[in-house]
Amino acid sequence: METDLVINFTYVLAAILFILGLKFLGHPSSARKGNALSGAAMLLAIVVTLLDRSIVSFEWILLAMFAGSIVGIFAARLVAMTAMPEMVSLFNGIGGLASLFVAWSTLEKGINLSQFVLIATMLALLIGGVTFSGSIVAWAKLSERITGRAVVFRGQAIVNSAIVVAILVAGYVLVTQPNIPNIPNILYIAMALALVMGIMLVMPIGGADMPVVISLLNSYSGLAACAAGFAIQNNLLIVAGSLVGAGGIILTSIMCKAMNRSLSNVLFSGFQPVHTSDMVIEGEVKPLSADDAYYVLEAAQSVVVVPGYGMAVAQAQHAMKELQELLENNGAEVAYAIHPVAGRMPGHMNVLLAEADVSYEQLFEMDEINNRIENFDVALVIGANDVVNPAAREMQGSPIYGMPVINADLAKNVFVLKRGMASGFAGIDNPLFFKPNSRMIFGDAKDTLNNMIRQFAD
Amino acid sequence: MDAIYLLFILILSIFVGFELIHKVPATLHTPLMSGANAISGITVVGAITISGGPLDQYATYLGAFAVFLATINVVGGYLVTDRMLAMFKKKEG
Repeated sequence: METDLVINFTYVLAAILFILGLKFLGHPSSARKGNALSGAAMLLAIVVTLLDRSIVSFEWILLAMFAGSIVGIFAARLVAMTAMPEMVSLFNGIGGLASLFVAWSTLEKGINLSQFVLIATMLALLIGGVTFSGSIVAWAKLSERITGRAVVFRGQAIVNSAIVVAILVAGYVLVTQPNIPNIPNILYIAMALALVMGIMLVMPIGGADMPVVISLLNSYSGLAACAAGFAIQNNLLIVAGSLVGAGGIILTSIMCKAMNRSLSNVLFSGFQPVHTSDMVIEGEVKPLSADDAYYVLEAAQSVVVVPGYGMAVAQAQHAMKELQELLENNGAEVAYAIHPVAGRMPGHMNVLLAEADVSYEQLFEMDEINNRIENFDVALVIGANDVVNPAAREMQGSPIYGMPVINADLAKNVFVLKRGMASGFAGIDNPLFFKPNSRMIFGDAKDTLNNMIRQFAD
Repeated sequence: MDAIYLLFILILSIFVGFELIHKVPATLHTPLMSGANAISGITVVGAITISGGPLDQYATYLGAFAVFLATINVVGGYLVTDRMLAMFKKKEG
């Protein structure tokens, strides 16, 4: 009884620390402390759980924790900052799988489980499974092991509905059967269905919508932990799991708003026929060499940089920071405009620029920069496309019409650093490239920036 | 009654979660996400409880595997978040 009290009291303390940790994560200056607090809460919870008297054998637990720590340390050390979206989605998947195994283990052990516990366990199993396979598909898409485009086939909606029905049936059979170890086949079928469902959910989602998917899977991994908490009647799992679940949902809705789309539109738009707009874009594309761009940059008083996924691909953030310093020494003001869905996950650009040592005070959100974008002499668009597409503002009928964008075209001069004329992930032409004040600088973004840096040095 | 009590906890924490995450600025969304991910590794606590049974039971092995997975999530998640946050700096001077 006394150990139980100690354990539960410590869980309360851990819950408080988790909440404070998340609160401190709300500001860049205290965020590191917040993360440490949350880590301390986790350590506390793990240590006190090991005191549980119902634990009779520690061999496997300690071995598993040791092995897991080694893998975790290496993964965290070795991952490149540009690969962070893949990493986070892989971790989401692992978290989901862990919850699936907790649920599975509960069922294997389970004799005389109450209806409520059975339902919760099934939920943990199913959400965990969907999170795992969905995250693996997201990871494969992000790391370009499979195509990043939306993958759709005829009758997908029907197949998906059939899977949902099958899951419900299997779940019902399991929940109404008091002795689950006697019917392992149905349990395996339910797990397999959940895994297939996760794949089917993420396959039809295109690369540009990945920030939404990662946020959603993040939420699922929390919800799976939460359901596992109900399954084993553990308060701390419920608290921590639902904090993460709620957080993921908030991020998902922020991402959806940033794209002016509803969640169901993001999840299911792959099933609808693609719009083809017959809009004609007037004007011509005017290419410019990096050397010529240098003269304009040298004269500029203020420069706004709009980074996109292309900056991550070209690893151009360090070169950009170097150019920023040269511009500042030359007397120009440099600001960065970050669109909420630039890149492949929420805050992707911020992390890359932080890696390059750019002060977070120079990064501005879309609304702040749009208010004063006309005052900038040069807008430098690095590997961004859809998030600066003026069609969202001026072309009714364009698939992205209504999406809030950074109005780079309103700056006095626009330089677009781009590999070629290919359209962005949304597959839409960008009238920005044809505007009279915009110039295209073709080539690898990093090479182009280095070229400009050399010009400054001479 | 137990179910109701657990649901209470669930609902209250969801509201706390909404309030907390809403205030996080866009700059910190990636570390927030990987930090939240590390928190969802709390499953490790459940996994420990469930895998502590007598050895040579199927459930124990499943639980131990869950401990392994969740530990990756916890250790990797916190370390990588810390690595990211260490880079967020103000301009010196």
